[in-house]
Amino acid sequence: KSSVQTIGEEQIQNPYTELLVLKGHQDIVRFLVQIDDCRFASAGDDGIIFLWNAQTGEKLYELHGHTHKITAIAPFSSSDVTEEKTDMIISASADRTVIIWDCTSGRQVQKVSCFHSTVKCLTVLQRLNVWLSGGSDLCVWNRKLDLLCKTSHLPDAGISALVELPKNCVAATVGKELIIFRLSASNNESEGWNVLEVKRLVDHQDNISSLVSVNDLTFVTGSHIGELIVWDALDWTKQASECNFWDSSVHPDVQPEIKLSQSPHETSVQHLTSDEECVFAAVGKGIYVYNLQMKRVIACQKTAHDSTVLHIEKLPNRQLISCSEDGSVRIWELREKQQLPAEPVPTGFFNMWGFGRANKQANQAAKKMQENTPMYFLELVGDLIGHSSAVQMFLYFGELGLATCSADHLIILWKDGERESSLRSLTLFKKLAQNGDLQLRL
Amino acid sequence: MISAPDVVAFTREEELEDDLYREPPLPEEYSVPLFPFAGQGANPWAKVAGSKFTRDFILISEFSEQVGPQPLLTIPDDAKVSGTFDLNYFSLRIMSVDYQASFVGHPPGSAYPKLNFVEDSKVVLGDSKEGAFAYVHHLTLYDLEARGFVRPFCMAYISADEHKIMQQFQELSTEFSKASECLKTGNRKAFANELEKKLKDLDYTRTVLHNETEQQKKANDKGYYTTQAIEKANELASVEKSIIEHQDLLRQIRSYPYRKLKESEFHPYEPECALDRADVSSNQDLTASDPAEPGETHLYTHVPSYTPKLIKAKSAKCFDKKLKTLEELCDVYFFTQTLDQLHHIERTFRGDVCYLLTEQISRALLKQQSVTNFLFEDVSFLDEKPPEKQYRGCQGLGQDATDEKCSEESLAPKVVISLGSYKSSVECVPIKMEQEVEDPEEPKMSESVMSEHQENLDYLDADIKGSISSGESIEVLGTEKSGAGLTKSESQASLPVMPSPQAGRSKVGSRRTVSEDSIEVLSTCPSESLIPEDLKASYPSAINEEPYVDDEEGGLRFTPRLNPDIDEGQDDVSKQESLVQVDAACCIGKESPSFLEPLPELGQKVCEEDGVVRIPPQPYRPAEQGLRGGFPSHDGLSGGLLPYELDSRYLTGSREVSKSSLDECSDSTSYISSAASTCSDRTPSPAHLACGAGERHRKRAGQNALRFIRQYPFAHPAIYSLLSGRTLVVLGEDETMVKRLVTALSIFVPNCGVYAKPVKHWVTSPLHLVDFQKWKLIGLQRAVSPAGVNMLHALSRYSRYLSILDADSKTLRCPLYKGTVVARLADHRTQIKRGSTYYMHVQSILTQLCSKAFLFTFCHHLHLPISEREPEESVVNRRMNFLKLQLGLANEDIKIVQYLAELLKLHYIQEPGQGGNPLLRFDYVPSFLYKI
Repeated sequence: KSSVQTIGEEQIQNPYTELLVLKGHQDIVRFLVQIDDCRFASAGDDGIIFLWNAQTGEKLYELHGHTHKITAIAPFSSSDVTEEKTDMIISASADRTVIIWDCTSGRQVQKVSCFHSTVKCLTVLQRLNVWLSGGSDLCVWNRKLDLLCKTSHLPDAGISALVELPKNCVAATVGKELIIFRLSASNNESEGWNVLEVKRLVDHQDNISSLVSVNDLTFVTGSHIGELIVWDALDWTKQASECNFWDSSVHPDVQPEIKLSQSPHETSVQHLTSDEECVFAAVGKGIYVYNLQMKRVIACQKTAHDSTVLHIEKLPNRQLISCSEDGSVRIWELREKQQLPAEPVPTGFFNMWGFGRANKQANQAAKKMQENTPMYFLELVGDLIGHSSAVQMFLYFGELGLATCSADHLIILWKDGERESSLRSLTLFKKLAQNGDLQLRL
Repeated sequence: MISAPDVVAFTREEELEDDLYREPPLPEEYSVPLFPFAGQGANPWAKVAGSKFTRDFILISEFSEQVGPQPLLTIPDDAKVSGTFDLNYFSLRIMSVDYQASFVGHPPGSAYPKLNFVEDSKVVLGDSKEGAFAYVHHLTLYDLEARGFVRPFCMAYISADEHKIMQQFQELSTEFSKASECLKTGNRKAFANELEKKLKDLDYTRTVLHNETEQQKKANDKGYYTTQAIEKANELASVEKSIIEHQDLLRQIRSYPYRKLKESEFHPYEPECALDRADVSSNQDLTASDPAEPGETHLYTHVPSYTPKLIKAKSAKCFDKKLKTLEELCDVYFFTQTLDQLHHIERTFRGDVCYLLTEQISRALLKQQSVTNFLFEDVSFLDEKPPEKQYRGCQGLGQDATDEKCSEESLAPKVVISLGSYKSSVECVPIKMEQEVEDPEEPKMSESVMSEHQENLDYLDADIKGSISSGESIEVLGTEKSGAGLTKSESQASLPVMPSPQAGRSKVGSRRTVSEDSIEVLSTCPSESLIPEDLKASYPSAINEEPYVDDEEGGLRFTPRLNPDIDEGQDDVSKQESLVQVDAACCIGKESPSFLEPLPELGQKVCEEDGVVRIPPQPYRPAEQGLRGGFPSHDGLSGGLLPYELDSRYLTGSREVSKSSLDECSDSTSYISSAASTCSDRTPSPAHLACGAGERHRKRAGQNALRFIRQYPFAHPAIYSLLSGRTLVVLGEDETMVKRLVTALSIFVPNCGVYAKPVKHWVTSPLHLVDFQKWKLIGLQRAVSPAGVNMLHALSRYSRYLSILDADSKTLRCPLYKGTVVARLADHRTQIKRGSTYYMHVQSILTQLCSKAFLFTFCHHLHLPISEREPEESVVNRRMNFLKLQLGLANEDIKIVQYLAELLKLHYIQEPGQGGNPLLRFDYVPSFLYKI
């Protein structure tokens, strides 16, 4: 039934042979935020934030303060040269409050509760030493939690995502629109800032579901119906757009019934990530690699998971990790295709689109796709099965491993068993050396 | 557990495993005629003249002043146990060997009756006619109405196996002392109460008499006293005297030197309160000696209100009055405590002595493996309040204080041996000692190995020949009371007697001569009741100094030239030697001054044998003798608990005299054939009470495991899964079947910590990842309901973490196993038939695995680079080479050792207070489906 690529039980390249289950949350865990090299915070629908040690899995702090589910969380380290570096996190909740926490002491530093609506996104502009909260309006705050300025009330559901752009600009997604704001120092006060709406971009046909900044020059947006637009970050013009590489129904008026037959999720761009060369898009159940220079999709895995892919991330070593509603985490590797590009596309390639669709259409699509046959492919090198429900997000800690959070209230730390084993040996011998001998009767 | 393989055959089974015993019978013509006395399940080693009782039991008797010796009760309280055994007769016998000079009454030169706090005496006696051997513990209880205020009682452990009595003497003595102490404590309390009542009576009587006298005085205005008046005055005087006497008694009983036993959990009362009482009572406050201090709600402090009675002037002791029962003599609470303790003793010592000894040895050895034993052993069972005296040595010599104390005490014995005292009417049989004499050096293990079997046979021979009937005699071979460490007649002069360092505290050395129809007192030793506290702590049944030195008549006495101030660090061996020399100087056993010498080496040799530990059962003894360093002890806490440690207390008393331990070390089989020659007892023999349940569980598990191995051809990969930390799920519809399989397999599951085994016998809900962290063996219900579908879904989802044994369709899905360890562990063609035997087999192999894991874990360079620049690969190579070449592990066996090593690391890295997060380690390896 499933055309999902599977990997057997033998996964030589999968380094994660040890896991730690971190229990604490009482509801869906939605966010994981890295604080520093070995600490991270988790937050979710239970309104509690936990701080964890990524190496030992030790629970460092339990931060209580929010009464509703947490909607956004962001790390916020003060980079003041004069002060010692203090790690803080900002969290926003559906109880219409924002709290700043001190990660070292585990205490609440400050709390703002003057919001009219839920803050849905938070962005820290380190450079300007301010942070922004996005909800029904955009507010600019300084470190001391003084409201510096705010925009007028925005239509629809308000801002769902924010991204920092060069030249003191930020891009905010509001429904189908992409709004560019610019922050400018106000004339009368030294600390004062003004925020101005600079431009509204209305190229998307549907709600924008993801927004990511690729580099100083480019940022990318993805929408619910699978449009991907690459924008110039300086002049906010459309550099490129793709909306048919995973879906032939670019003309919804021609085949309206097909549109209906597909759940919007199947084409929704759930998450975007990028490295210098490529943008990686989680679209429906699939993963697509879009090359910025070639301006086309170079590799794809149409059904990477059994269910919607919720989060993807590119690792330094050409690997890609994705997690999905099906509760699994998969590790992919981007490889160059060995075979000739002329190789016929396997017939099963478009199976997922085959329902209720004329063969002619499929053939057309096949032909079209054949032209775009990627030169790369994504190979599954391992999967991590542990969660019993949707994996919401994960956090890659490099050597330390991988933290995944899920709707089953758990966080799992996946670790390299070999490395852990030798670390334990090291600890053991250190302890022995401390004690002078083996007199460690516990 | 470490078990000598040649011993394991002697383990006893709880119940007959019928199916395992169903083997094709031999054709009639080949069958050997059955042992004539053998019934179903009879012990082939049982003596021909079998005893009349079926199993060991405890008998409490009293020497009643009215009817003489009479049995009071037996434990277990079952008529079947004693069978046709004549309890009355035996009571008579055991009561007749009480040598204690219990003296109560008016000592010359003392105005008042004086209570003696009599020590218990401990005697071993045998009645070969009855086929009964007994450890007899005499004690006296106080009773105001009894003659001399005392009631002699005795508790006897009766067994058909004299070896058990002899070899477990120390343990028996310890345990019985506890019981006796409990009984006596209760008795003192009851006695004090009784005295108080009596005093109240007397006081009341005095008042009444006084009033009467006054009245008479008033009425009588003549100048002289009537006879009546004189009588009254006399009466009054005698009452007053009586009051003083009783007050004195009360003071005495209360000033009993209370001390807090070390076994506080055993000791049923708070000594502090007792002291309080004593203080209070010393005020001679008669009316309310115990004004019930508020808050003091102890059972025994409760003094019911009492109405004094008038006492007749002449309260003549009449024989028709009913003596108090034992229960009345002691407080009910204490009485039940005592019974509990006796039941405990009965359960502890039932069964074959061989099994007891094996158990003791393996426990002792296991305790040494302090680093690894948490993996497969029930640590709580090992750690449990040590049966102190028995296993004291195991408690770790790391406790320097104890250690020092031991050496102090062992250094300062005043060995008093009286020869010829209590010379029995038995003709003692000279025993050939030539073998030893010929070869006094006997330095080499190998030699002794060769010679010993022969010697042993000789001794057996001598034993048989030496059994000369002496008619109805009582043969006392040694009593402590008289200071006689041993009894021997001149004809036995060739018998060497060796005081050992321990001789001072339990001078039980005596040699038993077999004589039919006789009661032989094999050894006695006094109880500890008056031992100073510090000594008491460690040597409950020892009196360090001999207060009765003067009592013995014509006994030889000597004190070793060992001064207490000899350097304590002195080598143990030299200690032994010097003792032996002392001994030799005492004109006995001159021929063999060096009996003990070879033993330390011997011991070391034994243990240096690699692989299998071949240690025959031998009572495990405290470690004063040291012999440290011979045993590869991991942690530097070299326990002196070497199983081969010589305990001359026993050796001197046993037939094999000095060499039995040699025998035992070298040829356990022959040893057993003699030692285990009698087994009266067909009852199960849990060696230790507390582990009774565990013991049973082990047997059951062993049995089930054996069955599993025979039944399932894929037992090996299943066991491999468990040993390598991969959770095994036993899936089935039938709960009992699944549970049985889980029990069977549970013996292969390594512990992750000191907590309970990670085994879940029965689960009905779908499994989750967290379960695999927690449990390594799970019994899972297969259900047809929708929930069952979920469950199966979960199983397939998590299949990479699981091995699944389907009990219904008899399939196993798990990774391949090609190693060799499990093949040895679970050979389906094994000849082992009994569950407990198989359990021991498993334990010994697992222990080997543990030691490999230990080596692997704690070799520094296997895990860390030698130099900083050394690349990781070379460390990895070194590690693999070590596993393959040094430890000789093949294929998947490496994974097992690695997993165990990981557990060891985790266990020792873990901070004490912290539970630590449970890890789940796994491998990405393909699974295979096995079918029958």
